[in-house]
Amino acid sequence: MIDALGDPQSVLVLGGSSEIANATVLALPRARLRRVVLAGRPGPALDAAAQRLTGAGVAGVMTADFDAANTASHKQVIDGIFDAGDIDIVILAFGVLGDQMQVEADPALAVEIATVNYTGAVSVGLHVARRLRGQGHGHLVVLSSVAGDRARRSNYVYGSTKAGLDAFAQGLGDALAGSGASVLVVRPGMVRTRMSAGLPEAPMTSDPEEVARVIVAGLRKGKHTVYAPGPLRFLMTAVKAVPRPIFRKLPQ
Amino acid sequence: MNSVSPLVPSADEELLTGWGRTSPSRARVARPVDITDITVALDRRSPRGVLARGLGRSYGDAAQSGGATVIDMTGVKGFSLDETTATVRADGGASLDAILRAIVPRGFFVPVTPGTRMVTVGGAIAADIHGKNHHGSGSFGAHVRALDLLTGDGRLLTLTPETTPEEFWATVGGMGLTGIIVSATFDVIPIETSLISVDTERGTDLDDVMARMLARDSDYRYSVAWIDSVAASGRGVITRGDHARADQLPAGKRASMRDYDPAVRITAPSLIPSGLLNTLTVRAFNEAWFRKHPRQRADEVQSIAAFFHPLDGVQEWNRVYGPRGFLQYQFVVPDSGAEVVRTSLEKLARVGAPSFLTVLKRFGPSNPAPLSFPMPGWTLAADVPARVEGLDRVLDELDELVAQAGGRLYFAKDSRQSPEMVRRTYPRLTEWQAVRNRMDPDRVFTSDLARRLEL
Repeated sequence: MIDALGDPQSVLVLGGSSEIANATVLALPRARLRRVVLAGRPGPALDAAAQRLTGAGVAGVMTADFDAANTASHKQVIDGIFDAGDIDIVILAFGVLGDQMQVEADPALAVEIATVNYTGAVSVGLHVARRLRGQGHGHLVVLSSVAGDRARRSNYVYGSTKAGLDAFAQGLGDALAGSGASVLVVRPGMVRTRMSAGLPEAPMTSDPEEVARVIVAGLRKGKHTVYAPGPLRFLMTAVKAVPRPIFRKLPQ
Repeated sequence: MNSVSPLVPSADEELLTGWGRTSPSRARVARPVDITDITVALDRRSPRGVLARGLGRSYGDAAQSGGATVIDMTGVKGFSLDETTATVRADGGASLDAILRAIVPRGFFVPVTPGTRMVTVGGAIAADIHGKNHHGSGSFGAHVRALDLLTGDGRLLTLTPETTPEEFWATVGGMGLTGIIVSATFDVIPIETSLISVDTERGTDLDDVMARMLARDSDYRYSVAWIDSVAASGRGVITRGDHARADQLPAGKRASMRDYDPAVRITAPSLIPSGLLNTLTVRAFNEAWFRKHPRQRADEVQSIAAFFHPLDGVQEWNRVYGPRGFLQYQFVVPDSGAEVVRTSLEKLARVGAPSFLTVLKRFGPSNPAPLSFPMPGWTLAADVPARVEGLDRVLDELDELVAQAGGRLYFAKDSRQSPEMVRRTYPRLTEWQAVRNRMDPDRVFTSDLARRLEL
């Protein structure tokens, strides 16, 4: 249970090595935390994330094998984790960016991105939602992106998967309204992570820790959508209003 | 395709919270009116278990259980008074409110009442509630002669302190985790009038209040002090009294001396900005409340409702803390830890947690129930809004002081302590768990509180 003062006892990270999700775990109140499951593809990245959290003093950190693309396995993975105890906060944080130019040359890469970012998220998101609804409490945090707000020449395949995921997460939140479970859609701008390394910085680029603070504040206030950083909401409203012939000519 | 979406809630589900309106969870709610209905609800229970719920006055998550079947007992509410044995036999869902309305005019009073009469008999036993007479009369469980408990496998057990002491005392204070209290027989006390003769004293600071209580509490059946949590001094008002005798009333009042009409006067508005209760408004309220009471006054006659249940006059007063809700921090410390009372008031004041309901009381001896809260010493209860920043850390610091002093927190009020705190401060938890595991081997009965605290 998340207690009366907002302190959770258990967290599940889907995409266990995600820097934003790990920063979020570190930003959550820690006094009651006793089970943190980092679910992801087994390997050094996942183990290192678990070690970092444990080293930072987070109690009960463990890893679980999870492959977003292997949707057939999702039911078993999610049921296994929830059968061992209620989960207060699930962070759906996996995703791949891909190189737009390579993707256009090799559509099979686009299918991979869509499979992980959208198909995998929809599959595991529904399994998680079923379990949260069954336990009658809990939050699902979905890492969307402003890239889904408006398609850009430089990353529209990625952006389209986030647009789909975002719509899915909004609808799921509505489906769960009143169930005791809720969905928080998070729309970060560009974040300095492994995913964006080497790319030129966009306006309002933030660090994972800043996104984490926005997520924790959003959970505390019971929000259903947050931008990170917050003012990005207004920038994106403006961006969405720009006519396409002009938008196309803007630096991407 | 005719498969049913697992996301669509069924019609019998409800979002439940405690009185503090924090940490909601959704459950299937059954509304039985008799024991047959209860048995049916038990048979058709959710795989996540069952919990009986009364009037929902526990502040935290004791009377809710996410995903489980919650049995709202308030429809199972029959009771009868046996004047010759001075006992009431009541269904688990009967409220002290209804019982008082019936028995006060007949010259009887419940053995223990908390600060609200809106509690059920089942809840009173499960939380082993206490009142202003704990220093002399103990908690509610001490006055229960027998109770009928429905177990997870559908058996109806009659428990008494003489024939089944382990099961009886595991159920008293057992927070509903041993079974469903279907009915109980408890002692009531004879009264001559429906009025309370009250002595009031003001204490200039916390030491003065505590000294006055130590000196003269034993002279009174009922005693409690209200503390001004905002004033640095810790000044307060002590009110003590007993049921008024007929010869204490003016002749003109004797004809109606057992009349009892605890009317609800107002209902708190449903939309209240969360910042309304702040240090300034609480300071103003406390100043007025302190001034309202005379320095010293003896033998004032008050109604039962005014003396015991002043807040029941304001329906849904829990809404004044706004949408984020509130919690009540209540601890007990032995006399050797009396200093924790002062420290906790200081710490709460420093974090900016305005409490206008801060109540100090002396407890008498404990009863044999392993999870019963009261122990001899001081108990302090303070309401604080959940929105206060940093409250979690401050209360953890207070927990540490309470534990070091040999005290503990009250499950019926708790919504945030840690499982480790419970293990440390309820040393008989394992003993209780052994009895519970025997009574409910399949762990049919569970609550959000039980899951959170790993009871």
